[in-house]
Amino acid sequence: MKRVIETKAVSGQSPNYLLAKFQDLVDWAVNSSRANSLWPMPFGTACCAIEFMATAASRYDFARFGMERQAFSPRQADVLICAGRLPFKLAPVIRRIYDQMPQPKWVISMGACASTGGIFDNYAMVQGIDTIVPVDVYVPGCPPRPEGLLYGVLLLHKKIKGESLFDRVPRRAEQPLDERGLRLPPEQIDEISEPFGNSVHQFRSA
Amino acid sequence: MNSTVDALRATFGNAIGRGLESCGDTIVYVARESLLDAMTWLRDTPQQGYDYLVDVTAVEYRDRERPLELVYQLRSLPRGAELRVKVELDPRGDLTVDSIVPLWRGADWLERETFDMFGVSFRGHPDLRRILMWETYAEGYPLRKDFPLRGRFSRAEQVRQALAANPEAHYSMEELSIAAAYDELPADMRERLRRGERGKLPHSE
Amino acid sequence: MSKRTVELELATPGLDDRGQPVRVPLGVADAPDSTLPEPDLAGEHMLINLGPQHPATHGVLRLVVELDGETVVRVIPHLGYLHSGFEKLGEYRHYNQIIPLTDRTDYLSPMANNVGFALAAEKLMGIEITPRCTVLRVIACEMSRIISHMVWLGTTSIDLGAFTPFLWAFQERERIYNLQEMWTGARLTTSVTRVGGMMADIPDGFVEGLRHFTRTFPKTLAEIDRVLTRNAVWIGRTQGVGALTAAEAINHSLSGPMLRASGVPYDVRKDKPYLGYETYDFDVVVGEHGDVYDRYLVRLEECTQANRILEQALDRLPEGPINVADPRLILPPKSRAMNDMEAMIYHFKQVMEGVKAPVGEAYVGIENPKGELGNYLVSDGTAKPVRWRIRPPSFINLSALPKMAEGHLLSDLIAINASVDIVMGEVDR
Repeated sequence: MKRVIETKAVSGQSPNYLLAKFQDLVDWAVNSSRANSLWPMPFGTACCAIEFMATAASRYDFARFGMERQAFSPRQADVLICAGRLPFKLAPVIRRIYDQMPQPKWVISMGACASTGGIFDNYAMVQGIDTIVPVDVYVPGCPPRPEGLLYGVLLLHKKIKGESLFDRVPRRAEQPLDERGLRLPPEQIDEISEPFGNSVHQFRSA
Repeated sequence: MNSTVDALRATFGNAIGRGLESCGDTIVYVARESLLDAMTWLRDTPQQGYDYLVDVTAVEYRDRERPLELVYQLRSLPRGAELRVKVELDPRGDLTVDSIVPLWRGADWLERETFDMFGVSFRGHPDLRRILMWETYAEGYPLRKDFPLRGRFSRAEQVRQALAANPEAHYSMEELSIAAAYDELPADMRERLRRGERGKLPHSE
Repeated sequence: MSKRTVELELATPGLDDRGQPVRVPLGVADAPDSTLPEPDLAGEHMLINLGPQHPATHGVLRLVVELDGETVVRVIPHLGYLHSGFEKLGEYRHYNQIIPLTDRTDYLSPMANNVGFALAAEKLMGIEITPRCTVLRVIACEMSRIISHMVWLGTTSIDLGAFTPFLWAFQERERIYNLQEMWTGARLTTSVTRVGGMMADIPDGFVEGLRHFTRTFPKTLAEIDRVLTRNAVWIGRTQGVGALTAAEAINHSLSGPMLRASGVPYDVRKDKPYLGYETYDFDVVVGEHGDVYDRYLVRLEECTQANRILEQALDRLPEGPINVADPRLILPPKSRAMNDMEAMIYHFKQVMEGVKAPVGEAYVGIENPKGELGNYLVSDGTAKPVRWRIRPPSFINLSALPKMAEGHLLSDLIAINASVDIVMGEVDR
């Protein structure tokens, strides 16, 4: 998605130049505030939740990055951190939590299982939470080290700071389920969920 | 081999199948009809005293000709003895055995899990329903050998069905009252409940 | 299950002759001549839902609670929100490939799970492991016990309103994590065992690091003990809550600290010894009342005992190989696999075909921090098991929750649930 701004040419004389500068100033103020006081909603399910707790505890302490307040209610959260594997039985739950969060909202997919299904390429596991909710940052690892999660958070900061309030195409539009009850077209979900890596030699019938 | 096998055979005769030993563990096969009696005997006879139920599970072999086996792992805490009791069932036939929940409360969830994963139904279980998969799960019994590793449906269909499931599904108050009064229910109603016709009050039928 | 009649202070059961709503007079009990029947609220129980996303359910457990006022009438746990199909997946993996899966079942004590599975596979194949490997596995198990109990202590104290022990407990965990990382390269998903041996020998400096830990860890335990054990709030919220008698605990197939807190002195390490536990000097910690407080005391004291075992294991750690001398079972070192034809063939066969187990079946139960972890393997002679069954201790311990919570207040339910020490990865598998 391209950033669309009215300004055609940036020149010192154009009144649009001042407007653009003003818009940048507003963006900078808003985005810095947002990025530096993210309220995370820990959706911790499995092993990654333990590393998430380690990140929150004394040694790593992600309060240093503005995540002092953990929101255990989705109604008061900015970023959903899905830490751990997501079975199909949990799919409607994370979808509902995501729907309950107010705009603007971001999603960090922590760990291999949340991002791709990981080693669990079987009947029970969602093959990547991006088939259910839109994801902003994927943190690889099984589980990621706390440093890895912190790096993901910093990447999210960068992404937030690159957004603009004045975009014609709203980046943070609600993405409701379509009439089939899916977020993506079925072919795309099948494609995302294809086996890969270690599990390629196992066929669907296996 | 554990002396319990001979004692069992002396008490129950033909209902006790072969006894064998594998890796130092004693295994004894019991006919499906005598399971509850044999388990009661094993628990309550003082010389046996198998008072602790370790595990209930099932095994289906890759060989299609072999029966599906229900496995009960028993232990006697005072004696330190262990015994594995097995019941053979035809995987393509009737998969029903007596529940041992009246003997050990700990068997409750273990039997539910076996039902969920293998489709074995336990007669007399107070609340036999899926425990790990959700109630409307339509693909079958995951640990059966004819169930593919990645499930029967396409991934998109699995996602669709999962998202369509109600995350708030729970027992209704009516069901809870029925469960509380289960022992006093008439036999036919208990039978209907056992078949899965739950959530209906008698007058609504 | 006791039903209480609740006095209703403001109700409108109907209209009087002037069209005004009839109010139940305050203090119905004092007015026996009142013609209005006392409203019976026993039938008006309320269902509330805790979880699956709730900070106090320790994961994705969902509890549907039937309440009469604030008293718990019934708890119905709904599970399966973390069902990952471990057992099905195990049927498609070689024995050594299953070990990384065991890390992720009970992810609070990964090393002990590795050991449990390896012992079952070795019993199935009839392998005798080396003395050094035995002691290393004891070290792995007891380190796991400490970090698992530390998580339990930290999260439970948060549930009951104390934040400080959480930070202390997690500092201790970080120290063990450093040692685990030193040994295996991973903090959490260790995969430290192999069938017939270990992934690697301990590195230089490990023994000194662990000795330093065992010397200093009791200080933290003493601090936690000082803050909690005689704390009035802690005692008030835990004593007499969720008690189970010994007979009930056995009937519910409980194991581990849950069983011992109820006064049953059963410990797999003593009663069915494995890894030479009978040669270590340690005490089985037994509670008396079977309530939440006793479970806390049992777990706290088990940390001390685990520390003792670690010290003894470090003292006796023998020299020697860590793997059995069987080239069909143990991968050759990389340098030999690249230079020696025979070693390369063994390497190829193990990686491509896997280690074949004889026909048979084996059950091995070990004393995990949560209780008895059983691994039941059935083999039909191929390199992949026909059935890999985990006997999940916290799944079975959790099944006693409805029984324990009945009749307590809603806030006690949180304490009781915390005292079970569940880990959902293992409950749902």
